[in-house]
Amino acid sequence: MKHTTEEELFAYREGEMKGRQAIAAHLRECGECRAELERIDEVFQALDAMPVPDPGEEYGAKVWRQIRNRLPKHAPKRGANGWSAWFAPRRLVAVGIAAALLILAFYAGRKTGPSRGGEEIADAGKIRERVLVVAVGEHLGKSEMILMELSNAQPGDAGKKLINISTAQKRAEDLVEENRLYRQTALEGGDNAIASTLDELQRVLLDVANSPTELTPAQFESIQKRIAAQGILLKVRVVRQELRAEAAGNKSAPAQSDSTPKARNKV
Amino acid sequence: MADAFAAYDAGGISDAAAVERTLAGEREAYRVLVERHSAYVYRVAYRMTGNSHDAEEVVQEAFLRAYQKLQQFAGNANFGTWVYRIAANYAIDRLRQKKNEDARREVPSRAAEGESESDPLEKLKDTAPSPERLAGNAQLAKKMQDALDTLTPAERTAIVMRHWDGCAIEEIAAVLKSNSSAAKNTVFRAVQKLRLALRPFAEGRGAARAVGTES
Repeated sequence: MKHTTEEELFAYREGEMKGRQAIAAHLRECGECRAELERIDEVFQALDAMPVPDPGEEYGAKVWRQIRNRLPKHAPKRGANGWSAWFAPRRLVAVGIAAALLILAFYAGRKTGPSRGGEEIADAGKIRERVLVVAVGEHLGKSEMILMELSNAQPGDAGKKLINISTAQKRAEDLVEENRLYRQTALEGGDNAIASTLDELQRVLLDVANSPTELTPAQFESIQKRIAAQGILLKVRVVRQELRAEAAGNKSAPAQSDSTPKARNKV
Repeated sequence: MADAFAAYDAGGISDAAAVERTLAGEREAYRVLVERHSAYVYRVAYRMTGNSHDAEEVVQEAFLRAYQKLQQFAGNANFGTWVYRIAANYAIDRLRQKKNEDARREVPSRAAEGESESDPLEKLKDTAPSPERLAGNAQLAKKMQDALDTLTPAERTAIVMRHWDGCAIEEIAAVLKSNSSAAKNTVFRAVQKLRLALRPFAEGRGAARAVGTES
């Protein structure tokens, strides 16, 4: 029997469609090649073990201090292309979320009434926080469902069949872009705990999104173990519960009662 | 739309609004973008360069270049993605330059010692430590760091973009200035080298089949 080559297995892991069915059929029968695929997977797991030092919360301010005097004196001028690329189909979801967040923040800002001098900035901060509470809460709910489904699924008998995770994968892909946006918004609003959880969630979502569509039971278990090892499901649940409690607490506040369910649903 | 943000402090405006304001001549608006995206760009730069000093230089240069090219931004999905690509482009140029400088320094000494040019894969085989030394995550991470250092700039950039940042092959090809097929091969070659570097560790756990062989 001719085994699959390393290159074929790598292409299969990458989701390559050419010859996919034949490789999948071979993998169903050949334990040696399944083990080989798992060893390729181990390289990616080892990459995840690589630490990256945290540059610190003040790093952005430091970079600005380092470059501000080196920026050209004249402001850059807008080119002719405008903003057309914002409407590229693949980015529409993220753009929609961003727009919804901004509209919601703006709307809530108007409803808080006229400026109260020194309280204005604090109000703006609270509005941002409420917007984030609602939007991230929903996002975490969707992420939690995927993680739960993957964690609770039965990988099946070892070596017997391949598991198709295309549905979970598609949803994870959709959530990656959202997650990146919420993480940025959380960082910008100083919600470091939420940003940190979203950072970890990003890795898990990318892991799922970049996995092969069809996995061996061992590969599937490996994903389950990685989800369990990072404790991400628990972290997501804790943050989500905190956000729920916060949202419930805010309902009685006058400003919160003005936030629109319609706009919330759009997110 | 810009008026909608009038009540917000500079840190609260969106990326799009910050770009607009910067292009309108409000230099401080660019600070929002720098402060917001620096940590992310740093993480990417660190993975590409392998050390903090070089990573910090990449971050600074990326934001300087982004400012100079801001008029070309044209709403490239989002500012974070755009500056990421600028950082990746600069990092790969820098890696290549460094590799060339290192090669120029190494050639005379190698010739003096009578060493021949060797395939990096062979080098990995020769320097691979025993499985005992690779026990534990810290050692594995160190081993992986060493293995990443043996990759070519293109390979390192490709694996960082593909694995850690989930970039599409087309995006990697754009940074590498190659086509999709070549970019895919570059990622594969990187994985192959890393795998070979980790082989003693894997074999210690029962792997028997040699890399790339058929039976």
